[in-house]
Amino acid sequence: MELTLTVNGRKVAVDVPTDMLLVDLLRERLGLTGTHVGCDTSQCGACVVHADGVSVKSCTMLAVAAQGSQVTSIEGISGAGGRNSLHPMQQAFHENHGLQCGFCTPGMIMSSIDFANRNAAPTEAEVRHWLEGNMCRCTGYQNIVASILAGTAAMHATGSVEAA
Amino acid sequence: MGNITGIGAAILRKEDKRFITGRGNYVADVKLPGMTYAVFIRSPHAHARLLGIDASAALDMPGVVAVLTGADLKADGVGGIPCGWGITGKDGLPMKEPPHPAMAHGKVRHVGDAVALVVAESVDLARLAADAVVVEYDVLPAVVGVIDALMPGAPAVFEDIPDNLCCDWEIGDRAATDAAFASAAHVAKINLVNNRLIGNPMEPRAAVAQYESSTGRTTLWSTSQFPHVVKLLMGNFVLGIPQHKLRVIAPDVGGGFGVKQFHYAEEAVITWAARRLDVPVKWVSERSEGFVSDAQGRDHVTEAEMALDETGKFLGLRVSTVANMGGYLSTFGPNIPTNLYGPLLAGVYTTPAIYCEVKVVFTNTVPVDAYRGAGRPEATFVLERLVDVAAAQLGMDRVAIRRHNMIPTAAYPYQTPVMMEYDSGDPTGCLDRALALSDWDGFAARRAEAATRGRYRGIGLATYVEACGLAPSRIAGRLGARGGLYESATVRVHATGDVTVLIGTHCHGQGHETTFAQIVSEKLGIPADKIEVVFGDTDKVQFGMGTYGSRSLSVGGSALAKSVDKVILKGRKIAAHLLEAGEPDIEFADGKFSVAGTDRSLKFEEICLAAYIPHNYPLEVLEPGLEEQSFYDPVNFTFPGGAHVAEVEIEADTGTVHLLSYVAVDDIGTVINPMIVAGQLHGGIVQGAGQALCETAVYDDSSGQLLSGSFMDYAMPRADIMPNMKIVTHSTRCTHNDLGVKGCGEVGTIGSPATVMSAVVDALSPLGITHVDMPASPNRIWRAIKAARVAQAAE
Amino acid sequence: MHPFTYHRPATLADAAGLLQSTGGVGIAGGMSLLPVMKHRLATPSALIDLSGVAALTGIAAADGVLTLGAMARHIAVANSPVVAASIPALAALAGGIGDPAVRNRGTLGGAVANADPSADYPAAVVGLGATVVTDRREITADAFFTGLFATALEPGELIVAIRFPVPQAAAYAKFRSQASRYAVVGVFVAKFANGVRVAVTGAGPSVFRVPAMEAALSANFDASAIAEIAIPADGLNGDIHAEPAYRAHLVSVMTGRAVAAASAA
Repeated sequence: MELTLTVNGRKVAVDVPTDMLLVDLLRERLGLTGTHVGCDTSQCGACVVHADGVSVKSCTMLAVAAQGSQVTSIEGISGAGGRNSLHPMQQAFHENHGLQCGFCTPGMIMSSIDFANRNAAPTEAEVRHWLEGNMCRCTGYQNIVASILAGTAAMHATGSVEAA
Repeated sequence: MGNITGIGAAILRKEDKRFITGRGNYVADVKLPGMTYAVFIRSPHAHARLLGIDASAALDMPGVVAVLTGADLKADGVGGIPCGWGITGKDGLPMKEPPHPAMAHGKVRHVGDAVALVVAESVDLARLAADAVVVEYDVLPAVVGVIDALMPGAPAVFEDIPDNLCCDWEIGDRAATDAAFASAAHVAKINLVNNRLIGNPMEPRAAVAQYESSTGRTTLWSTSQFPHVVKLLMGNFVLGIPQHKLRVIAPDVGGGFGVKQFHYAEEAVITWAARRLDVPVKWVSERSEGFVSDAQGRDHVTEAEMALDETGKFLGLRVSTVANMGGYLSTFGPNIPTNLYGPLLAGVYTTPAIYCEVKVVFTNTVPVDAYRGAGRPEATFVLERLVDVAAAQLGMDRVAIRRHNMIPTAAYPYQTPVMMEYDSGDPTGCLDRALALSDWDGFAARRAEAATRGRYRGIGLATYVEACGLAPSRIAGRLGARGGLYESATVRVHATGDVTVLIGTHCHGQGHETTFAQIVSEKLGIPADKIEVVFGDTDKVQFGMGTYGSRSLSVGGSALAKSVDKVILKGRKIAAHLLEAGEPDIEFADGKFSVAGTDRSLKFEEICLAAYIPHNYPLEVLEPGLEEQSFYDPVNFTFPGGAHVAEVEIEADTGTVHLLSYVAVDDIGTVINPMIVAGQLHGGIVQGAGQALCETAVYDDSSGQLLSGSFMDYAMPRADIMPNMKIVTHSTRCTHNDLGVKGCGEVGTIGSPATVMSAVVDALSPLGITHVDMPASPNRIWRAIKAARVAQAAE
Repeated sequence: MHPFTYHRPATLADAAGLLQSTGGVGIAGGMSLLPVMKHRLATPSALIDLSGVAALTGIAAADGVLTLGAMARHIAVANSPVVAASIPALAALAGGIGDPAVRNRGTLGGAVANADPSADYPAAVVGLGATVVTDRREITADAFFTGLFATALEPGELIVAIRFPVPQAAAYAKFRSQASRYAVVGVFVAKFANGVRVAVTGAGPSVFRVPAMEAALSANFDASAIAEIAIPADGLNGDIHAEPAYRAHLVSVMTGRAVAAASAA
């Protein structure tokens, strides 16, 4: 099935089988392997990307359902302020040791950006509640929570927030 | 001095950028021209005879490359999966070691046992083809629990092992322990279960194999914590691939926790298939597949008793455990509930007589092997629960009874009655700080306040000691290890003074690229960003035993430190020549070689250049180049230890446990990067708290089906079950490695189950409850409260 | 997944026609359907994607009734000022379904049509005595849920909207599974001028009402009114997370909490 959409700001036209998942379009067709698959019950959140500005689990969305959509994956969020610049949320994960093995990290960051877009001054409890759909086995979440609080503040301070 | 990237600096991680930008390179990301995709067909039965496999319909589907079975493996002469550790029983005889075929033939022995491999041009096609393969089973009665497995008449997992007993193992002095009990004023007892866990690193296992017929070379990409060992075991013992023709790459690996430290059948089958079919083959486990094919952890049933004198002094400890091996022996399986368990039962106490026996048992469940902590959380749980029970029985304070029995700091090095000699430690110091940081003394007011809100509040503590830094090869050999447990590191100094480290450990989240660079930075006085750490590729790195048992820093780091010392030694010889001084007069500090007492010096970079452009160089006595390699074998285990305190509240009406605070004070020796250490502790503690509060693998007793076979039913810790933890290090140096390091990867998981459960039981103690098994799930706690109220009402 | 044809109609009539002609199934957010298709437990030959049908969207309140289009996503219901002003308990319920990414895709109609025994929305539909409006008829809440994953919907029948009567007070109290985070027991309590409704999800094969509690709470809308009412465990769900007796107990506890929350709101 012919499909046109925008991925990380680039127009993409592809012919995909109807049963292809969005995550497979990204990983297998477009070579965007930063989006990961960590479960088959739509729970772990390693596959979270943005579709039209909000977080979705790309393992639980058909590629064809993204027809005409703006899809953003982890590869598409840095570089806005220069070739090597990191998104404020990426920078916060780095500075707060919010990752260890890195496997859940892309989904965590994409989910966190959606969170920051909706919450200007969140509490720790709100962050922990938001992460219900993102599992991490390495960090015990503590530094992820710290990263999200710092990244949210930085996004609001630098005007990198987008209306959800 | 003044090195801002050396030992002790909390520098940010060098490896982060590729992960936070989505540019990591995991096995599932590997794509090769002409690649095919494989799916395993796995047994839906726990125990069955394999009658036949009809793949004709699948093979008729366009795009299906092959359907391979255990019979094909056998026909190709592929060996079984070897066990890396052979233990010896009480009777002096070796453990029973049944064959472990890479895919089943004859019988399947657990749900998830692989029976066939389907290879096709796409993974979707492979799955549809797998559905079309007809496998005929003759279902047999299954045995799941270890106690059931030992019952007369229980189904035999292996025909020639009718009692399902792999080994009846023991440690300690039985007679001395019996004597201690005979003279005891008090005996405290506990029966407990250490619940089975599923490690679930977020990255599922995966393997990609490629065979180049033109060169005869085979490459395997695998999600492994020890690629060099896979190369040796698989190449030499399973597939017969010459070592110089085999390359194993473990690239970025998304978490291990022990789950990826075994040689798995799947990596051998995929490699064999790629060679047999002469096409690249890729297999990526689905999560639900991982639940029935990743080795699982824990699963003990234990009876333990402590003999005490009238003052509460521990006189003797007797422990009898039955441990589950599952349907086959995994790489380290038999070692975990024996050598990594019994010798830890002294804990930080002066108990003079200890005897432990462990029956290691086969069942129709997924194989059990090391999972973060591996044997040591189980030992800590038995000991610390028993100490709490003893305190309650004697009416002693839980802190007081521990202090009364603690090994005095001045008594180190300390020989325990169960093999281990602790080199250093300060258990009392750790305990004091943990109590202070947790406001232990102020707890009564918090409990009273919680009661006004209908909540039971409890505080708990546990001490622990861990044996890690695996391992002194000679001791390990005596205990049954079939390999050495040293580590190797090469320091390749480039002509410019930049450094590449090639090390045999493997990093899957622990931050080695940063920590190891800091060691080099400290010693050579160069910034960490001039140092690259390479691992995980057997074509690049010499050899290594990999990462597990909190060994990377204490064993790998020590090998690295040794190699850097060799570099400095050679640098001094070069400097002596260039500076026209005697070698004994050359000093090295702050990245400079200088002649003592003069202002004559050369920078490290100048020495490096001279080594590679040896125009003015003592070629008669010294080779050019600057690259050194070391193999380091530790003389002893390392012994991190500590004291943890947790506080919980329990909803009286639902039984829900809320973990409100957690304090960890840990003695891990020298700290290289405190930020990374805290991260390791956070993750470890939550894995242990997960066991205590929610995680458990449940099999149906009669069918052997895994009832907790997905994240829908296996409760992974989420962010909202934890409070912010307080992590403090209280370190004494390890006395037998130059860095003074002990290891920190597992300590959190070792201390936390006992700590959390101590708090849970304390919360329920007003109801007369003295023990609750893990996990402290709402249903279980509700039932315990209900039963206790009925019992109290009856009194 | 097994291959299927994919259709994205723009009108309700086209959607209904495609459902008839293809014998396929409708897909709304896909949060329940896609996971079972991935495990090849559902193998529809055609998927009719309802996300392009404008007639299925919309959130409006008038004359004491809140009407939500079937394609109202959970996030839209959770954040809707209209819902917050009329039935805040429903906004809170929607904001607690699944996780954020699920709420961004999942829909009211999909959740209700799927009738998962531990889903949240069925408790609200029954607890509020809502009316399910389909492309063929109107179905009362009490007649809609007929069993485990079973509803009164006929093959090819589409939910268009659900009409919720606005209560005087309402609340939803959920006890989550430690693993799935679905409701082990969820209780929706709604107080209307003519009485109180109590609907329970998670505890049985399908959502059910508790007449004894409704009568007691209609007389006295206070948690103390139900303290002596025991729920029989017979017929309730039992699994590795919660035995039937525990679920029965939780029905009482969660009802009490919902009443307290509704009274406080």
